[in-house]
Amino acid sequence: MRDIIVIGAGVTGCAIARELARYDWNVTVLERASDVCEGTSKANSGIVHAGYDARPGTLKAKLNVAGNAMMEQLSKELDFPFRRNGSLVLCFAKEDRPALEKLYARGIENGVKKLRILEQEELRALEPNISDHVVAALYAPTAGIVCPFGLTIALAENAAVNGVEFRLNTKVREIVRTENGYRVITDQGDFESRIVINAAGVYADRFHNMVSRNKIQITPRKGEYCLMDKKVGDYVHSTLFQLPTAHGKGVLVTPTVHGNLLVGPTAVAVEDAEETKTTAEGLSDLLTRAALSVRNLPAKQIITSFAGLRATEAGGDFRIGPVEDAPGFFDAAGIESPGLTCAPAIGKYVVDQILAYLPAALKTDFVAERKGIPNMALADAKERQELIRRNPLYANVVCRCELVTEGEIVDAIHRPLGATTLDGVKRRTRAGMGRCQAGFCSPKTVEILARELGLDPAQITKNDPGSTLLTGAVKDGIED
Amino acid sequence: MKKDLVIIGGGPAGLAAGIAAKQAGIDDLLILERDGRLGGILNQCIHNGFGLHTFHEELTGPEYAGRYIEKAKELGIAYRLNTMVIDLGMDADGRTKLVTAMNREEGLFTIEAGAVILAMGCRERSRGALNIPGYRPAGIYSAGTAQCYVNMEGRMPGKEVVILGSGDIGLIMARRMTLEGAKVKLVAELMPYSGGLKRNIVQCLDDFGIPLKLSHTVVDIKGKKRVEAVTVAQVDEHLKPIPGTEEEIVCDTLLLSCGLIPENELSGALGVAMNPVTNGPLVNESLETDHAGVFACGNVLHVHDLVDYVSGEATEAGERAAAFLRGELSQTDKETLVKAGAGVRYTVPSRIAVDRMKATQVVRFRVGNVYRDAAVEVWFGDKRVNSRKKKVLAPGEMEQIILKKADLEAAGDLSEITISINEQA
Repeated sequence: MRDIIVIGAGVTGCAIARELARYDWNVTVLERASDVCEGTSKANSGIVHAGYDARPGTLKAKLNVAGNAMMEQLSKELDFPFRRNGSLVLCFAKEDRPALEKLYARGIENGVKKLRILEQEELRALEPNISDHVVAALYAPTAGIVCPFGLTIALAENAAVNGVEFRLNTKVREIVRTENGYRVITDQGDFESRIVINAAGVYADRFHNMVSRNKIQITPRKGEYCLMDKKVGDYVHSTLFQLPTAHGKGVLVTPTVHGNLLVGPTAVAVEDAEETKTTAEGLSDLLTRAALSVRNLPAKQIITSFAGLRATEAGGDFRIGPVEDAPGFFDAAGIESPGLTCAPAIGKYVVDQILAYLPAALKTDFVAERKGIPNMALADAKERQELIRRNPLYANVVCRCELVTEGEIVDAIHRPLGATTLDGVKRRTRAGMGRCQAGFCSPKTVEILARELGLDPAQITKNDPGSTLLTGAVKDGIED
Repeated sequence: MKKDLVIIGGGPAGLAAGIAAKQAGIDDLLILERDGRLGGILNQCIHNGFGLHTFHEELTGPEYAGRYIEKAKELGIAYRLNTMVIDLGMDADGRTKLVTAMNREEGLFTIEAGAVILAMGCRERSRGALNIPGYRPAGIYSAGTAQCYVNMEGRMPGKEVVILGSGDIGLIMARRMTLEGAKVKLVAELMPYSGGLKRNIVQCLDDFGIPLKLSHTVVDIKGKKRVEAVTVAQVDEHLKPIPGTEEEIVCDTLLLSCGLIPENELSGALGVAMNPVTNGPLVNESLETDHAGVFACGNVLHVHDLVDYVSGEATEAGERAAAFLRGELSQTDKETLVKAGAGVRYTVPSRIAVDRMKATQVVRFRVGNVYRDAAVEVWFGDKRVNSRKKKVLAPGEMEQIILKKADLEAAGDLSEITISINEQA
């Protein structure tokens, strides 16, 4: 019998797991994918929102401001990339000015610090490539950018190091109420637990509805993005949002924390909770809309495009907390934007509620610090020398575009909750995330994965089982 | 460490440049190669057809590279393998080039070089750069990546294949995949003409009954884990898919052969002026960039279709770098611009100093469309000085003209030369 089962190893599940790990509970995280950070958490804007967006009084508003405030300290503690680059909400027409001021007022009410409305001159000094049509903007210096994989993986690794068990490739089929809690039936066997925390993203309604008569509905909302080459990563410095108008919510143009330029997302409700495909219309639409924010959007520098799904709950706010008619069952559902920002605060918020239900003592041996994989690309000359001296594999460049070495890849494979797939290596090291999009490095990465995991290269997958990269040996099936 | 000449890249360009420089008397030179062996991408080009111009015989890629590797070793040219150059800069003196590299044995080190030859080659355009919509399953590879798996690792990246793009690597891989037991169902080409060599279309597609659909592209990719199908559609004259022409083709693999991009990250780090058409450096008649003593050759300069031309160009770069190091490459401001006129996409070089010109100068270029019975014209200012009729001109085949130093001298102070295509000729 476990104390707590968390369903879902996205950023929400991992943030909760890491907070749970501070206490002497017995915790297991169940994840259907082959790695953490495989759903909504892997395909989003990577923005740490300031907190002016959400309606005052909502959970979104409260947790956004709290999560934003926690991010810097957390990034140091867990060693993941985060930077406060500030954000601008662009206003394109004089008549929209009242809406901008309303947004400012809402931010103040939500407790967002340092908010200001910038006029033309200051705005252009800050962002020289901004569109000529921008008349004013709401400036939020506290907004930031974060690596969504870096954050999620760091939380998960730290949780694992502190005793949380992660069961990957484990799909929950059914949840049954028992005398002492719940039986979670999966394709890998049954798990008994006093408490279940539902952090299942676009599938959270399914699990909630298994235990509660008060049904909820989550609508997956697809967002498509285009990512551009690092050559144009400094095209803008802040995250540029568009002031929502009658014509729509607008798309953002932002640098990523790794120095690429990102534009997106679209917002289209979809039926299939796995419909992460990009569309010609979507990509064209988002580029058209992004072009409103900056002069000469460098669309020729696109290196990849992708789509992610946000879990939108009908009520419009996060649904976090105990489920009334299911004692011991806690939701962390409807976690759409600004969910990434909120994750650290959600972790704390949920754990406070669990403590009220099942008291526990703080562990004395909790390790709060986690060290990430040494990063050759970001290291200075002296650090590089030192890394190579300690491990010569750090001199062997595997991914030339992002300067990722064999040393980093081997580390990614062997650390807690290590990478077992090509995408797992990519998200932990950035190998394959550059301008050639793994053209040169994927054969080498596959070889290293096979060697380190003791597998045949044909067994290595891109991500989940079935996403096989190689179909066999040459001449297979040819008769002599 | 100090070197007279550092060559970045030990593929066909770097090898030929090194050999030429050594033969021109530069002993203190070093080739830096990021891979575990010399020869570059030729190592995975196990098909034949290389060297017809240079050696007058048909060699495989490794054989062709082997001749240069042997020669380089015979001449005692120093090289480092598994060595990645990670930065290129200029010393405060404005002359010495600083090449920062790393490898397992020596760690991180910086070489002070008198001259540098850029010979880093090129990479393939990826699915992302093409912005093909659809899912992102396993089974989508650039043709060169597939070639690496098959020819270097002996592994098959798929069984039922659709190829987008009819560049030479795609055509070669259509044949290779077929020979290795895969079924290549279709080669789709966005343009109304192929980007590959005519001989490759015949030998790699026609001979194996592989269909080539021109003016077609991939508009959707299906399959969440592994590719299950792709949707191909015809495109109009603006290259936009025509609704109603979609056809779904069941396959487990999509190979992309949609163009090559010179790898000029290091050139960019140094601040070398670039040609936005080729994505390679702008060079003069000596293949020298706008940074004195920094030369470029091979696919890092502009994408070639035949390795023989790469070797030729690189030999020139090696000789010119040697001349520079001997102080024989005079500095001059008097340069004639070489311009790409109607129908011509670019020229290499893009400027010529008559003083430094050899008796003849090769100008390489590519056309932007397929032309039949059109003339290649050379203009000195507004005076047409040469017109040569060609049966066929195609974007997939590199063209060249030869300029004579005597003619340029006779023309006096010439500010520009234009190369253009005349369809009415």
